[in-house]
Order: sequence, then C-alpha cells, then structure tokens
Amino acid sequence: MRTRTYLRRWGRVAAICALGLALACEREKRRFNDASPSAPAYAAVTLDTLQPGVPSPELTVKSPSEGNAYDIAQGKQLFEQWNCSGCHSHGGGGMGPPLMDNEWIYGSSPENIVATIVEGRPNGMPSFRNRITANQLWQLAAYVRSMSGLEAKAPSPGRNDEMQYKVDEQRTPFRTPRASASKTLPAKSERP
Amino acid sequence: MSAQPLSAERAVESDPNSPASLHDRLERVWRNGPGLWGWLTSVNHKSIALRSIITAFTFFGIAGVEAALMRVQLARPENSFIGPDLYNQLFTTHGSAMMFLFAVPMVQSVALYFVPIMIGTRNVAFPRLNAFGYWTYLIGGVLLFSALFTNTGPDQGWFSYVPLAGPGFSPGKRVDIWAQMITFTEIAAIVAAIEVIVTVFKQRAPGMSLNRVPPFVWAMVVMSFMVLVAMPYVATASAMLAMDRLIATQFFNYAEGGDALLWQHLFWFFGHPEVYIIFIPGLGMVSAIVATFSRRPVFGYTAVVLSLVAIGFLSFGLWVHHMFATPLTQTGQSFFTAASAMIAIPTGVTIFCWIATIWSGRPRFDTPMLYVVGFIALFTIGGLSGLLLASVPVDLQITDTDFLPGHIHYVLLGGMVFPLFGALHYWFPKVTGRMMSERLGKVSFWLLFIGVNVTFFPQLLLGIAGMPRRVYTYLADSGWGGLNLTSSIGAGFIALGMLLLVINIARSLAAGAAAGADPWGGETLEWAISSPAPDYNFAYIPIVHGRSALWADTGDLDAVAGLREDRREVLQTTMLDAVPDSRHEHPDPTIVPLLTALAVGVGLIWGIFDPIGFAVGGVLTFIALAAWGWPEKPKPNTHEVVEVPK
Amino acid sequence: MTWAGSIFDTAGTPAERIARLAWFLIIVSAVTYLLVLVATGIAMRRARARRTQGDLADTRPETGKRLTRNVAIATIATTLILLVYVTATALTGKAIAWPLNARQPLTIEVTGYQWWWQFRYRDSVPSNWLTTSNELHIPVGRPVRVILLSNDVIHSFWIPELHGKQDLIPGHRNTTWIQADRPGVWKAHCAEFCGHQHAKMQFDVVAESPAQFDQWYIRQLASALPPTDSAAKRGHDVFVQRTCIMCHSINGTEAGSNVGPELTHIASRPSIAAGSLPNTRVNLGRWILNPQLIKPGVRMPPNALSPADMNALLDYLETLK
Repeated sequence: MRTRTYLRRWGRVAAICALGLALACEREKRRFNDASPSAPAYAAVTLDTLQPGVPSPELTVKSPSEGNAYDIAQGKQLFEQWNCSGCHSHGGGGMGPPLMDNEWIYGSSPENIVATIVEGRPNGMPSFRNRITANQLWQLAAYVRSMSGLEAKAPSPGRNDEMQYKVDEQRTPFRTPRASASKTLPAKSERP
Repeated sequence: MSAQPLSAERAVESDPNSPASLHDRLERVWRNGPGLWGWLTSVNHKSIALRSIITAFTFFGIAGVEAALMRVQLARPENSFIGPDLYNQLFTTHGSAMMFLFAVPMVQSVALYFVPIMIGTRNVAFPRLNAFGYWTYLIGGVLLFSALFTNTGPDQGWFSYVPLAGPGFSPGKRVDIWAQMITFTEIAAIVAAIEVIVTVFKQRAPGMSLNRVPPFVWAMVVMSFMVLVAMPYVATASAMLAMDRLIATQFFNYAEGGDALLWQHLFWFFGHPEVYIIFIPGLGMVSAIVATFSRRPVFGYTAVVLSLVAIGFLSFGLWVHHMFATPLTQTGQSFFTAASAMIAIPTGVTIFCWIATIWSGRPRFDTPMLYVVGFIALFTIGGLSGLLLASVPVDLQITDTDFLPGHIHYVLLGGMVFPLFGALHYWFPKVTGRMMSERLGKVSFWLLFIGVNVTFFPQLLLGIAGMPRRVYTYLADSGWGGLNLTSSIGAGFIALGMLLLVINIARSLAAGAAAGADPWGGETLEWAISSPAPDYNFAYIPIVHGRSALWADTGDLDAVAGLREDRREVLQTTMLDAVPDSRHEHPDPTIVPLLTALAVGVGLIWGIFDPIGFAVGGVLTFIALAAWGWPEKPKPNTHEVVEVPK
Repeated sequence: MTWAGSIFDTAGTPAERIARLAWFLIIVSAVTYLLVLVATGIAMRRARARRTQGDLADTRPETGKRLTRNVAIATIATTLILLVYVTATALTGKAIAWPLNARQPLTIEVTGYQWWWQFRYRDSVPSNWLTTSNELHIPVGRPVRVILLSNDVIHSFWIPELHGKQDLIPGHRNTTWIQADRPGVWKAHCAEFCGHQHAKMQFDVVAESPAQFDQWYIRQLASALPPTDSAAKRGHDVFVQRTCIMCHSINGTEAGSNVGPELTHIASRPSIAAGSLPNTRVNLGRWILNPQLIKPGVRMPPNALSPADMNALLDYLETLK
C-alpha cells in the first residue's frame, strides 16, 4: 500500500511540475548565447500589417524577449546606461515622447519598436543601426513595452536601486489626458 | 547505585490483569484513521514526526545530488558540465534546502518524535498545530524544488544578499519563491518550537522535575527557544525583500533611505543562531548516545545543561562575524571576535563532560558510538576553523573563500549529521522494532568519515590558497585543480556512504533482527515501552524517581492511573517539579490542519505573483481557522473529576 | 612558506601580520585538536565491540571528584587559550590598521561593476586623474589608500598577497589600504558572489618600483594616437561605427562611453575579460566575436563581424599600447 501511495503522490507532484515547467519556461529562461545575427531579421518587416491581398506571413518576426524576465531586466539596464532617459526621461518623456503611455506614434509591437531604434525617426530619434545587436534590440523593445503595461506582470521588472523617479513598473501606467480614440485601452492589435 | 540487570518486564504496559484488552482500548482511541484519509487527518506526534523525518531525508537526498553535480563541475578547471546560471541555482538551492528544509525540520522532527516518549506523555501539547506545521513545511519544500525543476530556482545564494537579490539584479520570480519558502519553513519551525516548549514544560511524567529532564530534552528546549527568537528575523527580512520586489518598497534601496547592510544584519541575526539551532540538538543526541553506550549517566549533568543554555544565549551575540569585510567599526567588530571565542567555552565544557563520561564508563563500540567519536573528530576541526574565522584579521583573508564551505560542512556534518546518523542507528529499533545491520553501519560510517575529510579538508586548504567561494569554475593556471579534484573524489565517498546507509535502512526495515523494547539498555523512558511504540505511548504514565529514569529504579516503574481509556487524554503536570496538575483532552484526527495549511499555501504562493493573493489567502485562512476553533459539543461525562493517586 | 597566490605568499605588511597570526592560530588549533583526539582515544581504550548489554558503569564519588577536577582544568585551559587568541587578534588588528603617519599615500578609487573593475587614480592634481580598468599598478613601498564603491551589487576587493578583503557595497563608501613591500605581479579576485560571472571577475596587480610606476602612469594618461596604417584606420572605423562605441571609451577618439571598461591602452594589459583571459590576438578575437562563449552571462553581446572587419579591428586595438 505504501509504495503505491508514494508513487501516486509523487506522480501528482511530477504532473504539477510539468505544468509549471510550461508556464515558467518562458519567463525564467536566460539566453546568454543566442546566435542572432547583428542585423536582425526584422529588416523585412513592414510598419503596417495592412497589405493588399493576403498579408505575407514572414513579414512579422517574433521577438524572443517577450515575456522573458531576464531580457526585460537587461533592457532596463541598457535603457539607462545608453541614456535613453536623456530624451525619454525614464519613460515620462521630455525632448522625446513619453514611453509609458498608450500613444504609439510608430507602433508598439516589438518589431516596430526595434525598427524605430534602428532607423531613427524624424524630429530627433537617432538611428542606432549597427550600434546595437539584435539581442539587445529585442531586450530594449521588451522593456519599452513593459513600461506601458504591455508585458505581463510577472516578468516585468520591479523597482531598481536608484532614486525613484516614477511609479514602479508593477503598477498601472500613466494615462495621458489627451482626447484620442484609444483613450483608455491600447488598440486590440497592440495588446499582448 | 548498584548495577541491575535490565529486563523486558520493565515495560509499563504489562498490566497483570488484562494487558491485551487495555492495549486494545487505548489503541482504538489513539490510532490514526484508516487509509489515505487517516494519513491526512492524523494528529499523532509519532506519525507526523516520522513522515516529517522522511520528508527531510528526501530533501537531504535531492540537495545532496545537487552537491554531487557541483563537485563534478568543479573537479576540473574550466569545466563545461554546468553553466553559471544552473550552477548558481544549484548552490543556492543546495544551501537553502539543507538549512531550511533539512537541518531545522529534521532536528525538530526528531524532537517531536522522541521528546514526548522521553518525558512520559502521550502526545505533544497541540496535536492539530503539529499537523499544520508539517503540511506547511511540506508545501514550502515542494515549492522550492518545483521552482528548481522549472528553471525558477533561486540563484542568489542561500543568504541572498541585496542588491543582487533585489528587484534590479534578480529578474523573474526566483528570489520571490525563495523568500516565500522561508515564510513557510519559518511558520513550521515556530510551530514545532512551541510544541516542544509547551510539551516539555507542561506534560512531563510525574516526578520528572526540571533537574531530572534528560539532556536530550534540554537541548531540544533550548533549540526551541532559540527558534522563537531568531526565526521572526528572517521572516521579517524575507518579507521586506519580497515587498521590495513586489510592491516597490525601499527597504534595501540606499538611494531612498534604505540600506543593503540592513539585510545582512537582519539575516545574520537569524543566521548565526540558526546554525546553533541545528547544532544544539546534535549535542542532545550525542548526550543520549554517550550515556547509553558508556553505561553511565552523562557526567556533569548541571554543567552540560547550563552549557547548552549558555550556547543558546551567546549565539545571539555573534552575528557580525559574518560581516567583518563590511564598513563597520573596528571596535564593534572586535567585540564579536571576543563573543565568538567565548562560545567555545560552553561548547568545550560539553565535549569535555562527554569525554569524561566515556572515560569513566564502560564504553561499547556500536555504530551509534562510532558516530559520536566521528562527531568529536569532525566537529572539533570545524570549531577550530571557526576560531580562525572569528579573528577579524585572519577572517579578512579567508572569508568568502572556499575555506568557508570547508568550515561550515565540518561543523554541520560533524556537529549535526553525524550525531543524527548515530541517533538513527540508536533509535531505529525503537521506531521500527528492528535492529539495523552493525556491519553495514560501520562500513557506511567509515565511508562517510573518510569522505567528509577528503571532501572538505582540501576546501580549507583551497581557501588559504586564494580560491573564492561560489564560483562555477576556476582557471587552469590558478593551480587549484588538484585540491578540487581531491575534494570531488571525496564527495564520491560520501555518496557511497549515504547509499549504503539507505540500503541498510531498507534491508533492516524488511528483514532486520527483531528488537525488544530495550535493545541497548538505555536510561530514558522511551526504552520502557515496546518497539515500535504504540500509538498511545504509555499505557500508564510512569513516575520518575531520578535523573536516569530506568537506571534509578529497580523492578517495575511506578505509574499513575486514571487517565481515560475511551478518549484521548494526557496528564499535565507543574512546570518545575512535575506534580500532577490536571488532565487535558486532546482532539481526535481531523482534516482541518491540512485545510488550514492549504489556505495559507494558496495565500502565500499566489502572493508571490500578485498581492491580491494575500487577501484571498487571508480570507481562506480565516475560514479554516474558524473551523479549527469552532466549539464542539462536549462529549458525555467530560467534567467528571477523578482523583489522581499521589 | 610561499604558496604562490595564497594568503601566505605575502608581499606587504598587513598580509604578513595576518599570515603570522594565521600560522599561530593554526598551530594552536592543531595542538588542541590532537589533545582532544588523544583524550577521546584514551577514553575509548576500554571499549568493547560486544553488542550485549553490559553492566552499568560504577560511578563512585572519588571518580566524580577526579573527573570534575580534570574537566575544570580543561575548561580553564580553554579559556586561557582563548584569552591569548583574543589578545593576539587585537594586537594584529591594531598592526594592520591604516598607518596614521603615512606620508603621501596614493589614493585609488575602485568601482566594482558586474563583472569588471574600474580604477580611478586620484592624483593630487585633478587633471592628472587616471581612469583605467582591470589592471592595478602600485608603487612599491608607498601606502595606497583604496576607496571602494560599487555600481551595482556587492563585490569584494581582495589581493591575498597584500591584505584581507573589503566589500564594495552600493550606497556605502568603504575604505581599505594596501602596501607592497616587494615588486610582483599577482591576480586578485572578486570575493563576494555578484552574479553569473563572479567566478571570472579578476584583475591584475602589478607592484613595481616608483620610477617604473611613474612611467606607466604617464603613459596611461596619454590619449590614443590616431592610427597610421590603413588596416588600423579601418579598424578604428569599425570601432566607432559599430557596437563598440556604445559601451567603451578610447581617449582621443569619438568613443566616450563608460558603460564598459575603458580601452585606451588595451594592448598594454596582460589580460582581458576582467583578468580571466590572456591578452593575445586570438583571445581578443574570440572574445569580441562572442564573449558569451567565454563568460556566459557577461554584459557584452556577441558581435558578428566579417573576418576582414575583425582583423582590422584587432590591428587597431593592437596599436593601443
């Protein structure tokens, strides 16, 4: 009796572990040596999914950093170290537009954000082509998305050990008091 | 005291009138329910303690496998067997599991099993709370290892220094799971401590005044008081860390008024007593074994007991010796050097008293005694290496090197695991009714003894050689390869010794020689009952006339009659002199402790991911506690008063 | 005894005094241990291997008195040894304290990063402050005041040949001091677990004569010269037009980022990757191509450069002496 009970019990534990494995797998992965090329494959991406005929499937690239806690944390460190805050002020905006709100001039999908960083944008966003590797681009994009609540709560970064300049990432983002169509919620296509 | 041959007729349950029917009546009242439901609802201290011991051994085994993997990785320089991320998870969960899921729960479970039968009572003071403590512990342990197997194992070191463990540098939920595991195990530890203290103070057999309490029981009481004082600190610290990570408090953020050093103070104020919480029960076990196998009571009872108490108190004044490399004042640090030196005095007194016991006794070289000698041989190395670490200048050179793992494993393996294995061989007959194999026992002892030395002495040398600790690899030109390889080979010996031990247990369970009630001729009360002990422990509560309960008396023990045989009842006695005081009814088996533990578990685990979990868990726990405390209809004849014979 | 790299391979006063105390304590410990073992052995001398329950031991009052006396003697001996221990510790502690009459100490500010070291020499003339990475030069015979800061998590500064370790704690300003009494080249390690690459967070320590030290210092202060040959020029272009410029600085060029180690004189360093890889062309190439293969988890990303670009870059870096 005892052995069977033990087997049954540990069998249940193993099943729970397997389930947890599926859930936690993505959040906790630490991909140190991802051999992505320097020029990310997003290059073929269009800025708009509207296309005549049937949209080609290979025009969107899946970001490997979505929902990954380590990558988002790395993105946060890169954001501060490379002085994105110089224009975007930790997400609140200044010379550059705020990144914590739900207004995305050039789109909020990871590949759009990567495109923004790589291409630069008129009116002041520098181009970082060839300056930032593909992995780091995806990490930055994931962090920028997390600033406006587009990433799940669990992998989003907590507060850092600096003087606090804004509400922490774990809380809901600012809503900009602007009369626009998508007043409260991000557009459906931009929700995670 | 004249020597008397001991015989099995000392067993108290030999009622000349109708032993079988008295046994049946008591068994009917005290046994667990049938099947899985009975297992889940048990409130018997031996059932709960035994499953807790098995659980702790399981966690010990898993953590041991982790250690083996680490040693394989470190056997060669620049080895690529395990990368840094997995290695960090391995050493963190190894340390956390060994300290929080094996060492403290194990010694507390041994206490919960043996203290009641050593002091002559039928159950611990709060049976349902005992069950709740076990389930909480189990949930915490499963949480940690489930996390490890889903790549969410904590990786910040078992003492989890901030800011590395803070929200900025440990992304994901790894550290949060670690912090919550602390909460679970801390609740369980405090519960067990409360049990031991109240049971020992209120339920001793009549005549067992405080100065007749066996040193083993004293050790467990001292340990329990230490748990009560120390555990809340780590619970608070881990809660603060969890809050920093979850809801952006600033406890450890220097830029907003917090301090990284605050974590170290809080943690080590718990962390140092923690190792003595682990070590003092080992001293208690050694006391019990030494007395029995030297055929005389422990020499210097008062000195030994007072030393245990002194160690308990002094251990709270040492914590800064983990922080000598931080910017604290020199004068302050010197105080802790002196205090760390001072604690060697009571420790020395206990060891001297045991050597004196053996010296003046008639020692026998059975396996438990071998482990005691092993304890002296290994723990003294650990203690002396600790003295090196307590001296501030030398510590600044050897702290945070491999010297430290060498030191801690000598004191933990030598000071707790060896006494534990000795106690295993000693008390296995009492728990199972079978003897363990002496031959296998001696072989596994020697494998373990040699293994521990071959594994950890090189680590002392490696620390002196300059190798830092917590490194997943080292460079080939460092010259550390040889000692590391030796250490890894030693780990193989330990693994082999453990394997033989497990085989010994399995074979003895299946086909060991039958043990009577008292195979060793022991002095304490647990040897007066049958092996394995019945669910009710004592048919009649014995009266104790001297320090060595079974050696002080000749012939059958006096006993107290009058406890009910139709429901669960224990005798409560006064605190100092153990004069019978009152009778207390104990609860029947119930599922409520498990439900409460589950409610607490839901709340704490959900709270790792979202604070709403605490609210939900709080509501569920409230409901469970309401069910727990709901007044029951009084059973018939509850208030009938029966004269207790003096 | 000079076990190279160990705490007994002393090259400075603090380490010497500590090593002396350590030896003393080790010998005292060994003797104590032997005494305990001998006592236990003698106590077990009458042990028998029989399993049968023996008679209880006879405990007469005279035995008790003798034992009490012996245990008391042992306890008093322990206390005396511990008093000696505490005294020796206190005396050594005083001896290794910062020498208050130190003349013209050199001040170096050490900042720990995950997983490399920045050293800022705070000369008395602020325009002569030197910032360098992963390589520490000190003059023999001169006390060096070390200020310890951290950029991220807790690290620990430890040169076993010179002194004990002190932690670098963010938010705190810790200090220690070192002084080399003989020239030498040593490897120092981070000694507080700081994340993935704690194992390979090292730095080189070079103690040299004051004249050599001054020469080195002046050379380090100089900016990098513009490259002359075409390969190095192309390498310079690769450096300032690709990923390198985002994190590294080379004085005298457009590269001025302080996210990663500064590289102005990278070619003169004995090792790269925070002291964990010998500085050769092959190693440098491997490191730049994919640091994650050598130090997984390090903050420098893989860089896909064409072989021509890589060779040019290496040519340029080799000019940065």
